[in-house]
Amino acid sequence: MKLKNPWPKYYKKDVVTHYCPGCGHGIVHRIVAEVLEELDLGKRAICVNPAGCAVLAYLYFDFDVIESAHGRGTAIATGVKRSRPDLFVFTYQGDGDLSAIGTAETIHSANRGENICVIFINNAVYGMTGGQLAPTTLLEMKTTTTPLGRDPKYDGYPLHITDVVAQFPGVVYAERVAVDGPAGIRKTKKAITTAFQTQVDGLGYSIIEVLSPCPTNWKLSPVDSFKWVTDVMMKEFPTGVLTDKRKKV
Amino acid sequence: MNKIFISGNHAFAESAIRAGCRCYFGYPITPQNELGEYMADHMRREGRVFIQSESETAAINMVIGAAATGSRVMTSSSSPGVSLKQEGISFLAGFELPAVIVNVMRGGPGLGNIAPAQGDYFQATRGGGHGDYRTPVFAPASVQEIADLTYHAFDVADRYRTPVMMLSDGMMGQMKEPVVFPERIAELPAKEWALGGRGDGPSRYLCSLILDAMEMERHNWKLVRKYNEIEKNEIRFEEYMTDDAEIIVIAYGTTARIAKGAIKRVRKDGVRAGMIRPITLWPFPKQVLNDLASRVKTFVVFEMSTGQMLEDVQIALEGKADIIFHGRPGGVVPTPVEFARIIYREYQKTAKS
Amino acid sequence: MLLKLLIAGSGGQGVLTIGNVLGNAAMLDNFHVTYLPSYGAAMRGGTANCTICISDEEVASPVASTPDILVAMNQPSLMTFITRLEAGGQLLYNMDLVDSVPERHDVDIFGAPVNRVGRELGSERGANMVMLGSLVKLIKIIKIETVMQSIEMMMGSKKKLAESSLKALQAGYDGFPFEK
Repeated sequence: MKLKNPWPKYYKKDVVTHYCPGCGHGIVHRIVAEVLEELDLGKRAICVNPAGCAVLAYLYFDFDVIESAHGRGTAIATGVKRSRPDLFVFTYQGDGDLSAIGTAETIHSANRGENICVIFINNAVYGMTGGQLAPTTLLEMKTTTTPLGRDPKYDGYPLHITDVVAQFPGVVYAERVAVDGPAGIRKTKKAITTAFQTQVDGLGYSIIEVLSPCPTNWKLSPVDSFKWVTDVMMKEFPTGVLTDKRKKV
Repeated sequence: MNKIFISGNHAFAESAIRAGCRCYFGYPITPQNELGEYMADHMRREGRVFIQSESETAAINMVIGAAATGSRVMTSSSSPGVSLKQEGISFLAGFELPAVIVNVMRGGPGLGNIAPAQGDYFQATRGGGHGDYRTPVFAPASVQEIADLTYHAFDVADRYRTPVMMLSDGMMGQMKEPVVFPERIAELPAKEWALGGRGDGPSRYLCSLILDAMEMERHNWKLVRKYNEIEKNEIRFEEYMTDDAEIIVIAYGTTARIAKGAIKRVRKDGVRAGMIRPITLWPFPKQVLNDLASRVKTFVVFEMSTGQMLEDVQIALEGKADIIFHGRPGGVVPTPVEFARIIYREYQKTAKS
Repeated sequence: MLLKLLIAGSGGQGVLTIGNVLGNAAMLDNFHVTYLPSYGAAMRGGTANCTICISDEEVASPVASTPDILVAMNQPSLMTFITRLEAGGQLLYNMDLVDSVPERHDVDIFGAPVNRVGRELGSERGANMVMLGSLVKLIKIIKIETVMQSIEMMMGSKKKLAESSLKALQAGYDGFPFEK
């Protein structure tokens, strides 16, 4: 088999990944780099990194990156985009970052309809800190801070933040996808392309939620992790387009 | 000369606009709301950026974003809101990004009240947020000085790539005085380090996460070298009638102007009092105080707090002289008569001994 | 010379406008001047007051714990602040909204029927400018022409308001001192 694009232009060479075997971040990173190349955005792109595993994304991304305090990605992106509307601005955030500590920033940047893109990696757990409860943790799922499994009476329910913001008039495009296999990866790339194009067209806010495996903290093998995304996670978080207001804007 | 009768809050805003501030982000809180309102009106009309953010936390992070692209940027708040901004200020320091942050102080702790106070001195001068950093702090004592120092603060922020704090209070913010504003800056030099997309060059990243301890240490020492430069170059203070003074008052901002009134009163009765008014609270004008202490043995510190700048005075004087502290915390504004009474009292003691 | 004035009334009576116009005029006449409003919860129907300090040298404190002149636009503000008025000071009160003036033999007391004068000129909303006119006549240190210029500076964009304000100012100035 021959790869169409063996090494994306905006992906650094000669770096060894710090991500765990079977982690979804590497896949999404590559997709981002490919789409930036295909839409010719790499030269004017600025990515806002989260606190979390992807804080080190700048080790791989070969375009301009600014790191954010935990949860503040979309506020920083707002500052970047408002001061330089000619730049292409997106955040790359995890579930803890975006839907726990950064909920206010997420909600309000979406409600303002900022012309930015949000890539939201949902792996149902806090990765970097070692597998604690996330807002997106599934019911009965064991984490280091829900050792008996997530009990809705005690820990609340999985938070569907993308569904929440999709209802806002300012959110032009929202889709949930999963990097659970070749088909899912292709859909993810299509979704990210749509989101990036939405900003290029000046239409407003878009968010792509990516269900992504975390074998280490799920305590599963990489292969079983991908299966778990399809079989378990997607039951709680069904994939699909959550809103598409591009024609209305 | 085009004098304008304008409030401190409006003067902060107008001066920032004249200094080329491109973006303002803030959240309403009394007693500095007029600052944001002025920005909302003027910045948007001029095609610049004003956003009322969802929180002070969001505002300071928007500041980070705009500063990263090289824009001159400002946020403002009052005590509780400035506490919320501390995380972002620490990041600005770590990223080495320039920005101007205005604190129009009110009574505290907690929600406190909306009256003028000086209880945030420690927070402003000791870094305020987490980690090993400092921010230059300017303390204007008139609306004219608000205009002049805000303008200057943007230059200092850019020159050293550092957040700069303007430390004021509710009285300074609300009070109107005649002001002559500095000229509008038409164009600013480009910032080499700013993020603007990689273009045809190498990609860049701004980060404060430095996992390697040795590298983190290097970064910290680099910041220290910068802070040393600031201490060397940027100290500002006003000397008032110190030449023949036998008793020296130290006060800043609102308290300093009240102290000046007190000194005028006691001078009429032959009491030789003078004042050192720190204009920069960090870096603190230590040397001038230490030099004076070789001649003057009584120093009086006035603050609208329970004694915060007092510690800097203690450090500066190295035990060479007596320090008397008189503070009015909680939003009480002292009077010139009150300060004059204290100066008389302490002067009598020195005369007796 | 240092003159501290406290102007008090209820929100909506234009008390802060009196202070602003006067402060601006003092600046135009090259005085050192500060204006400090009460702030925060003050709004229509609540209380409002401001302090103006006019001096030929730097003003130390813009606060007037004991003002030299008290201008009271209504009964409650008169009652609140009368005790703070300096001995030897001057009280100027709104005769239309003040029924009783507490006895103080150590201050000069002047009344002005500013609501009535305003009404006769077309609107009671001009009462504050009538009061300002009387105040300017009382304190003497600032020229009435400068106060007029100040009104034009601050209300210039609203022509009708500026015109009616100038009329009210003149009426207050000419009428002072009013008969009790």
